Amino acid sequence: MSLIKRVVLDVLKPHQPNALEFAGVIADRHSGCRVKVTVTEVDEKTETTVVTIESSNIPYEAIVETITGLGASIHSIDEVEVSSTPQPQA
Amino acid sequence: MFRQLRFLFKLTRAHTIARRYFVTNGFDGALTMLGLTMGFYSSDSVATTVIISACLGAAIALSVSGLASAYVSESAEREKELKELEQAVVGDLENTAHGRAARWVPVLIAVVNGFSPLLMALLIMTPLWLSEAGIALPLTALECAIVTAFLTLFMLGVLLGRVSGQFWLWSGLRTLIIALITAGIVLLLGR
Repeated sequence: MSLIKRVVLDVLKPHQPNALEFAGVIADRHSGCRVKVTVTEVDEKTETTVVTIESSNIPYEAIVETITGLGASIHSIDEVEVSSTPQPQA
Repeated sequence: MFRQLRFLFKLTRAHTIARRYFVTNGFDGALTMLGLTMGFYSSDSVATTVIISACLGAAIALSVSGLASAYVSESAEREKELKELEQAVVGDLENTAHGRAARWVPVLIAVVNGFSPLLMALLIMTPLWLSEAGIALPLTALECAIVTAFLTLFMLGVLLGRVSGQFWLWSGLRTLIIALITAGIVLLLGR
């Protein structure tokens, strides 16, 4: 089984919640996750962001649920870092 | 639950709207009560129970009107905003925080808008009830209610001053002047 250590997502989100609140909600709901949100483009009602999440084991499906629950949509997975779990010694 | 509602208010920036509605409709309620009590004051002596009934009737009507009008207008606004946002993000937002906000924020704003005039009215009517309960007041019940109405309107002005960052006394005096003008007009026409 593999563990997701880092994921970079291209996310389109409404202006509210703002980047700080957006990152805060993700981090609050998934303890142990380090969240970085970079706003790359601002439109009239939306903003394009790059969301970087780092953790020892990212609960990806739950993260997607949180992001979409805030009214945002994931356009693409731009970067991932996955490691395999160490096999138990015989 | 409370945390979730706070988040929805924050998400829609609805706290400023709720505050505005609280002051606007609270001002309506207080000024209506002032007009009513001044009207009774300028007429021949009227039984306190009649004054209470009239004031309570007006307060309930204002409250229901505030509740219904705010809900209808706010839900229409929120629905429009949600549809525009759905077009912008090209997706269905019904089951997101924005969808929940579109459903719940109008209810909360309607409650604020409906209860603020009722709250002000009940506050102004307190001396009338106290008098009916046999509690001695420094002035007549009606005069005490009028003084309470002036104080309530002054306090609403102070609250507005704090919100806008103006000097509280000036802001309070401004609403007090409006109350005095209203009372003057009622007295003038009532005689």
